[in-house]
Order: sequence, then C-alpha cells, then structure tokens
Amino acid sequence: MIKPKVLILSGYGLNCEDETKYAFELAGGQGKIVHINDLIKNKNQLNDFQILAVPGGFAYGDDTGSGNAYGLKLRNHLWENISKFVLKDRLVIGICNGFQILVNLGLVPALNKKYGKRQVALLPNDSARYTTGWFDLKIVSDTPWLFGIKEISLPIAHGEGKFFASDEVLKQINKKNLIALKYSNINPTGTMQNIAGITDESKRIFGLMPHPERAMFFTQLPNWPYLKEKYLREGKKLPKFGPGLQIFKNGVNYFKL
Amino acid sequence: MINRIEVSSKISNNQAVDVYTIVKSLNQNQLNEIALSLINPVYQIFKINQPTLVKKFNWAFEIGFLPGVTDNIANTTKEIIEDKLNIKFLENEGVYTSKLFFTNDYPSDNLINPLIQRIQIKTKREYFKDKGMDKIAPQVKLTLANQIDEVDLNVSDEELTRIGKSGIKNKDGSSRGPLALDFSYMKAIKKYFDKLGRNPTDIELESIAQTWSEHCHHTIFADPIDEIKDGLFNHFIKRATVEIRKKKGKQDLCTSVFTDNSGGIKFDKDYIISHKVETHNSPSALDPFGGAITGIVGVNRDTIGFDMGAKPIVNYYGFCFADPNLKSPLFRDKEKKQPLLSPRRILDGVVAGVNSGGNCSGIPTPQGFLYFDNKYQGKPLVFVGTMGLLPIKSSAVKKAKPGDYIVVIGGRVGQDGIHGATFSSEALTSSSPAGAVQIGDPITQKKLSDVIVKEARDKKLYNSITDNGAGGLSCSVAEMAKESGGCLVNLEKVPLKYPGLEPWKIWVSESQERMTLAVPKNKWKRFSKLMKSRDVEATVIGEFNNFGSCVVKYHKKTVMDIDMEFLHNGLPVRPMKTVPFKSNFKEPVIIQQKNLNKILLTMMQRLNITGFEFISKQYDHEVQVNSVIKPLQGKGKVNGETSVVKPVFDSSHAIAISQGLYPSYSEIDCYQMAGASIDTAVRNLVATGVNVEKIFLLDNFCWCSSNDPQRLYQLKKAAQSCYDFAKIYETPYISGKDSMFNDFKGYDEKGNPIKISVPPTLLISSIGLIEDVLKTVSIDVKFSSDLIYILGETKEELGGSEYFAMNKSIGNKVPKVDGEKNKKLYQNFYKASQKQLISSAISVTRGGLGVALIKTSLAGKLGLEVSLDKLPGKVTRNDFVLFSESQGRILVTINQKNKKAFEKIMKENYFKQIGNVIDNQRLLIKGLDNKIVIDLSLDKIEKAYKSTFKNY
Repeated sequence: MIKPKVLILSGYGLNCEDETKYAFELAGGQGKIVHINDLIKNKNQLNDFQILAVPGGFAYGDDTGSGNAYGLKLRNHLWENISKFVLKDRLVIGICNGFQILVNLGLVPALNKKYGKRQVALLPNDSARYTTGWFDLKIVSDTPWLFGIKEISLPIAHGEGKFFASDEVLKQINKKNLIALKYSNINPTGTMQNIAGITDESKRIFGLMPHPERAMFFTQLPNWPYLKEKYLREGKKLPKFGPGLQIFKNGVNYFKL
Repeated sequence: MINRIEVSSKISNNQAVDVYTIVKSLNQNQLNEIALSLINPVYQIFKINQPTLVKKFNWAFEIGFLPGVTDNIANTTKEIIEDKLNIKFLENEGVYTSKLFFTNDYPSDNLINPLIQRIQIKTKREYFKDKGMDKIAPQVKLTLANQIDEVDLNVSDEELTRIGKSGIKNKDGSSRGPLALDFSYMKAIKKYFDKLGRNPTDIELESIAQTWSEHCHHTIFADPIDEIKDGLFNHFIKRATVEIRKKKGKQDLCTSVFTDNSGGIKFDKDYIISHKVETHNSPSALDPFGGAITGIVGVNRDTIGFDMGAKPIVNYYGFCFADPNLKSPLFRDKEKKQPLLSPRRILDGVVAGVNSGGNCSGIPTPQGFLYFDNKYQGKPLVFVGTMGLLPIKSSAVKKAKPGDYIVVIGGRVGQDGIHGATFSSEALTSSSPAGAVQIGDPITQKKLSDVIVKEARDKKLYNSITDNGAGGLSCSVAEMAKESGGCLVNLEKVPLKYPGLEPWKIWVSESQERMTLAVPKNKWKRFSKLMKSRDVEATVIGEFNNFGSCVVKYHKKTVMDIDMEFLHNGLPVRPMKTVPFKSNFKEPVIIQQKNLNKILLTMMQRLNITGFEFISKQYDHEVQVNSVIKPLQGKGKVNGETSVVKPVFDSSHAIAISQGLYPSYSEIDCYQMAGASIDTAVRNLVATGVNVEKIFLLDNFCWCSSNDPQRLYQLKKAAQSCYDFAKIYETPYISGKDSMFNDFKGYDEKGNPIKISVPPTLLISSIGLIEDVLKTVSIDVKFSSDLIYILGETKEELGGSEYFAMNKSIGNKVPKVDGEKNKKLYQNFYKASQKQLISSAISVTRGGLGVALIKTSLAGKLGLEVSLDKLPGKVTRNDFVLFSESQGRILVTINQKNKKAFEKIMKENYFKQIGNVIDNQRLLIKGLDNKIVIDLSLDKIEKAYKSTFKNY
C-alpha cells in the first residue's frame, strides 16, 4: 500500500513544518516540506500530492493581519494550481497560522463554492494578547479529518483566533454544518459561537486554531506526570502517543480506504 | 509623491486606524489594489488620501516612528506592494506605518517613547479643517558625509582622556559618543600610531574602542587582580572547568566551552546541545520593548552562530526589575527633561519584547524567572538565553581560509545601534546615546535562521559563521579574521538601509539580524543562489587573507589599516586591587506570633514569590513540540523553577533547565551568595530527576561600580565560590557573560544627584541531561494519603531572606552551603527517582519550606497535613522554620507503598517524614510545639498566590 503524500508549506515565518511533517509520517503518510518559493518555481509538483498542509507559524510576523501577506503570495502566484487542487478529491488542512492563511485565501468556508473569496475573518483575541493553553473541544461536524472523534483536548497558541463572520454568513455556515469543532467550556479568545475550526462545503478543507501536532506524544499532555503516577499505581502500561495524532491518521487513512 | 492609506474596522468601536504612508508615485488603480491587499473586506474599510471620518471625538492623534527606527509592518507592506504590482521601490521611496486614534481626552504625555516615536495631535476642528492629519514620511535624510576624519592624538592628556570618555569631536564641536577608552588605553593607541608616524582615522579609533570595550573584551575578568595574576576568569571559572573535564575523562560531555558564541555539550550519540545566556540591560532601560526583543533575537544568533550553526530550540528569560508600583521618578538630567521610564513601563515593555521575539521566531520559551528589588530602578537586568540543537555530523571547526569571501547576510545597516558595545560598558547617564536603541525584526532573522540551519549548513557552503552583535562588523569581521590571519573589507559594498551613512558608522553599527560568514569563492554562486531563493540578502564585502592586518577600504581609499596583533592584544593590562570589608547589618526584631496564617498569605503575594502566569501564558512553550515539564505545573498551574524539553522527536532523551540567583545575599556575603545560587541551580534540576553527574552551568555576572575596590572584592569572593562549588558538584561551566557597570547616575524628583547601583547579581543557569523522559518528576502532589518528606537540614539562616525583606531588614546569617553533604543527598535522590519511588518533588528555595509546601499543594490541588516539629537541623521559632532559606533541601511526596524502599535509599542523609497529603482542600501545619500555626483553605491561598499580577 503506497503512502499518501503530504505537502507541507514553509517559508517567511511559518514555523511548525517539521513537527507537522513528523505527525503525518507517524500517521502513515509521506511528508515533504516545500518552501513557498520552490513551489512557485515548480507549480505542478502540487499534483503529486494527496494532502496540502499549511502549518502553524508567524508568516510575515502577522504584519497587516495574520495570514494576509502569505495568503496574498499564494494568491498572486499559485491560485490556479491551488484552485484546481481543491476541486479534486484532495485534502487540505490549515493549522493556526495555516488556518488564518486558508481564511485569507478564501478556501474556507468558501460558501457556494466561491473559492478565493474572503467570507470570514480571524480577529485579535479579546485579551488583545498572544494566548497559550490547553482547552477541551467538541467535534460538531462530519469532516473526514475528525472521523471518529467526539471530544479532544488540544493546546492553542495565537494572538488572532477570534472567529468573525457577518450574521448572514454565520447562518449559512451553521445551516451547511461547516463548523468543525468548538471550545467546550471556556472560550479563550471571544470567538463567535466558541468556534475553533471550520471546513468548506466539501468538508475536505479544514482549518483550526488549536495545534493537534502539539498533542501527538503522551509526554506533551499537561497532566502526563499525574497520569504516569496513576498508571504506575494501577499497574498499567504508559501510552506513547496523544490524542492529536488521530487527526493526522484520519487525513492519511482517507486515501487508504 | 506621498500617498496615505487609512484602514479602519467597520465592526469594532475601537477607533484605532492603521495608517500606511507610501512615498512613491502611484495611480488610483494601483493605490486601490494596494488598499485591497492591506484590508480584510469582511471587517475593514479604507480611505486613500482622504481622512477617516469619525463622529464623536475631541482629539485626533497619530503615533509613528522616528526616522530610521525599524518599522516591520512597513517592510512587509513594501514586499506586498512589490509582489502585487510587480514594481520596485527606489532608494528615495518607501513605506511608513503609524496608528491614528480618536479620543475625547487629551492624550497623556507618557504615551510615546520620545527616543523612537513621534506623535501628532489635532483638535477635532483642526482635523476637519486640514482634511485629516498631516502626511508625514519619516525618511532618514543624511548629508552624504562619507569623508574620513583624522583624529589628532598629539594633544594634552586631558584632551586624550576626554576623547576616550565622550568620543571624537564632530566639526560642530559635539561629541560622537562614548569610546569607553580610559587614559592608559588612549596612551597605548597613541604609542602605536606614533610608531606608524601618523594619527588614527576616526574609523580606526572607533574600531579599537569596540574591540577593546569591556563588553567585548571582558577586561575586568581578564586582568590581574590582587595576587591572582591570571585574572578571575582564568583562575576560577575556566580553571574549574578544565580540572573537572580532566577528572571526568571519558565521562566528559563538554564539546565546546567559552570559545564559541555558545557553550556546547554532547546530548546523545547524534546531537550536540548549545546554551548561551546574554544580558541586554542598558538598551532595555532606554526602550524596554526594543531592548528586550533585540536581546532575545540577538542571543538566538549566538545559537545560529554556534559551531557551523545550531537550530534554536529553547528560549529562556530572567528579568530583574524595581517594584512596578514604585512611584519615585528618576531623571537622566538635572533639568528633569529626561525622565527614566517607570518600573511598570519597563516591565510591560520587556515582557512584550521577549514575547514578540520568541513567539514570532517559533522558538518555545518554557523557562524563566522574575526578581524584584528597587535597586534595579536605574538599570533593569534583562537576561535572555537560547539553547540550540546541532547534529554531530554537521559539526566542524570554524576556519575562515585566506581567499574566502567575507559575506554578510540578513538585515541592512543603518544608524540604529551605534555605540551599543561601548555604551553598555559604562554607567547610564544623560549622555548615553539614543542611537543604541533598536527594534528587532524576527521574521528577517527567521528567514536567515531557516536557510542556515536547515539548508546551507549541511550543504557545507561556508567555512565559518558568526553573529553580528556588539561592535557590528568591526568585531565580527575582525574576530573571524583571526582564523585566517587578516582581512580586507570594502566598506562601500555593505548594503545600507539609506544612503549617506558615514564609513565609521557602517563599520561599528549594531543593526540587527545580520551574520558574517566566510564563503569559499568556488561556493559563492551556490550560496548566493540559495539565499536569493529564500529571500535573504547576501553580499560579499571583502576577502579574508593571511597578511596579518585588518584593512578597510572605502571607495578604494584605505581608511583603516591596523595590525591584527595590536587590534586584539594591544590593550595594556590594568592590574586591579581589591579592598576587603565585612558588612554588618542589624538583626531584625520580629515579634513571634501564635498564628502565622496572615504572614504566610502576605508572603505568597510578594513579588518574588507570587505566580507569574501572565508571562507563562503569553510565551509559547509548545511550539517545536518539545515541551514536557511545562512552565505551569499541575492542575493548579503553579510556576515551577525547572522546565524539561524533549528536543528530538523520536528520542526519549531530554534536557532540564533551571537557574539560581540570590542578589539579596550579596551585600552580606558574596561567597555564600554564589554558593547558594549554584546549589539552587543544581538542586532544582535534581528535584526533577536529573543525575547530578550530568549537570552543566552558565555564569552571568551583572555587577555594579566595578572600579570600586570593595565591589571588586565582592566579585573576587563570588568567583572564588564559583570555583569551589563547581568543583564539589563537578559541574563545569560551558559559557558565561558579564556586565560590570549596572549603575545609574542621574537626578531624583528634587533634582538632587543620585546614583543607583544594582545589587551584585550572579545568575547561575543550569542544564541537565535526562536519558528517560518518563522518569522526570513534577512539583504537584498527586494523591491523597501520600507521605510528605523533607530532605536536608533546616537552620536559622534568614539573612537576606524574603522573610526578613518582608520585615524591612537584611540580617547577617545567610545560608551556608555544605556541598559534600548535599551532593550525597542529590545522588540518592536520583536513585529514588530512577526507581520511580517519587510522586512529586519541589526544591526548597526563596521563601523557604512554607512557600514550597504551598506551591506543591496548590499545584496538585490537594491539601496537606504537616508537622514541623524536630526537623533535621536546628531552628527555634515557627516563623523561622517556615521561612528559613537553608540550601540543600527538597520537599518530596511518595506513595505509602514506597516508604520502605525510599527510606532505605535515604538512610545516610538527613530526612524526615513530616506529614501526608489529605483529601480536603486545606493546609494544616503544626509548629515546633506541635500546635497548629497554619490552617488555611487552598482556595484562600491560591487567591493570594495569584493576586499580585492578576491584572497584568
């Protein structure tokens, strides 16, 4: 069985490409990190991949709004290739800064297949400050990315993660069930309807603020020392991995089914 | 043609408008395209060359940068425009950003930092009359002054001294700023040039000043002091390391000590770990944000410049401030026109600077500390550190070869950062240059960092690499030229931010985000192609040679020609004498109280004890997915003093990092102060499960008035202690840094002269290697009915303690460290942790046992029942038992089942079971007489512990 190929973008301040690649490979995929300038030089290589991943980071230092400058660069040079890519049976994931880039590129929510049109925004957190922390999330959509997951706890780390859309757009998003996951109890940023991530109408393009790759190992969990002691006393074996890995497995398995 | 695009939100009432001032002739369509690229139409609108219209306001004011100050958003905007319209900006064109506000009240005057920002204020009437704000483009305009001045050294001794102190005179009689060259140095320079039969050029004198500066040459640690002919560094710090490494033999894991930009140790069979801790005190005093961000991205470059280039994997911070609520303004000038920034402003700015630098660069910041003392009001201490990861197969000896190109990559050179090195070698006064103020550009550096450590390094495209930090090119090139034996630089080739910069400025400017490399001619093509493809500017500015001199030309004219030997080793030795003294403070009289609840709650709110969640939460520590023991531990999110990271995805090996510092002990006894700092830095790692044999140290001395023989005596004592305790624990120093003049000379509210010096401050940072990450221990208690043990002796050692400080006194009896005894304990603790007998452990540090008990309990959100009767050691009062800061102690909880095994391992050490973890949310402590002295609900304690910085 050949491994599904994942293209992970890099450059200009994106900074989670290494761990995102590792997560996809742990999940059984075959990852390749490609600098945006190399992709621009060789546009067609996008066709060789089943999954496009825009990792987290701080592209262009969030200047002129998070995800804006990097989104523009993709739009100016690669729009044709990307729009073709997303119409095929392919998967796209944008994590944190990657989500902000997808939003500015108009790949999510892309209501009525209007790919390329900006319909929502990710605004500065209510705290007006970069915020990190682990939060419980509940899954509310049937995107293949979240297959079989009902609840999950993941860390966030961002300054601009407050989802915003006009009433009309928000109504559409709800009607078409494009909200992928929501913060369960605490809303860390003042985001609308506790939204932490959304998809497009095909459910194959998925953007989220939390970082699933930061929950791929057991020892990344904030309470792992407690769990370790608990398992030791119960005579249980310690797990190796964390819940975040499942999201990458889902992406890879989509092409194995 | 100046264009102005104003972007405002259509959804929020927050009336801040983003202003983009674009100096370039553009047509309406182009301007429209640009505006559309700068907004998100979902929530933003724009105006082109028209004022934003707002109804309710009395005042409109706009804040922007002064000419030449780094404007990152503007740089990105420029890139966006060039990419979108496929046009280029010419030299005299540019983009500038500012923020426009509309308010009802007149803007308060401390809104801006006049060293870097400008403000324009209009009434509502003026705003509408003028059709908005004035179009201002803060372009740097320099009268192309590229002439070289000869500096006449055939002058009176007074004049020589003046030149050395306040700098070369400009034509208009003003001085160019401190050279920090004392008379003996000026004499030596004069002698050198007399031999050559000429005077030095300005650039030559500036260059020598940079290279010889305390900041770069660390003369106080290098020169003879009293009977110590080889100097404090060689005699104590380096000798300890050499002897320890020798003794360890095959077990020695150090790979690089003191010589490189960072220190290096062998992490496992495949990787080297580097660590370096820097300070950026003086710049942070003038512009806290800029000083702190350039500090952190600067020390990142010490990692990228380590060996052939290591990947930054951990950022680390430590801030020493005055009480942020302190209300007694200080001024740099008698006329009180130049106020120092308030402690709160400095705290906010520094915290934000390290936030921006670390987060933007994608480097996790898991570990750091805050320390407060009003003696830091004149100069805050800003410690910033970075650890790096380097594959052993990529490691090589740096060797610039004759014929290699001298290549600079990254940012361009500007006025910013002139005289940083010489200025930080002096006390902060009204003549301190504002040119030393800079703002970092993390993304420019991130691009540079990525292309070096992820591509160029392993393609082996260069022979040597180093950071452009203090002294700029004058230091980095001259340093690297040692490897080849000389260099020739063509200064006009250096890329500038704007035209007209004088040659001497190009040479010494410390403009950020630049590195210098030695690239073999036959690899230049590939190197430069790679840099272009990653959008990193790379320029050949000269060639390394072995001609034995450092030669600089400007448009073919030789402007500098100094013998390498003189440049690096020509500075005269200045023997120092110390004057021993013994301090004697009066012992405090503190009334004993039956119930200590209130005192304990007050203690938990103290600046040096309380939680600083607000920082831990805004510094990303999960990026790079290496975080294991996090800055906030347990369900209760309590700040730990040690963090653990796992830097290699598929390896169970990990690194623990921590630190120790006790400036409050310094004025009593600097020897014990250093001992306590080392013991704490080591113990903090041990308590997390680190083997004491796998611990490495870094020393950062931040001293004051280092020309005062008594301060030098304290320094000598501290250095002696560094040798003694490192030898006992066999913990080598791999890197260190010093900053010797952290003094402020200025004026108080009444205009009276005042000098404020920081307390002699020694930061010991520690690294520990861990084989099995799963065996690490956190501070939070885990299960009720677990047993609580205190390991080590508690004595009446409260001199310089937080408890005495709370009682407005100092005392005399500082904790004395018994290294041999502690080492045994630490080794046994490691055995126990490897057998996984330990459920939680916390090192007892500032604030003593009382504070440790609370932190471990709050972190686990479980109560404790404890008796302090008959602890190992000797204490006669309940408050002293709770708050003594005796070193060598660890507070442990274990599963009852492990009692036997644990006590067996501990039997040769001082230890005692003092109680157990309980199910209800209370802290119950019985005193010496077995009567209850503390009975508090965890809820109440947590409120106290988290109250101080609640609104930060």
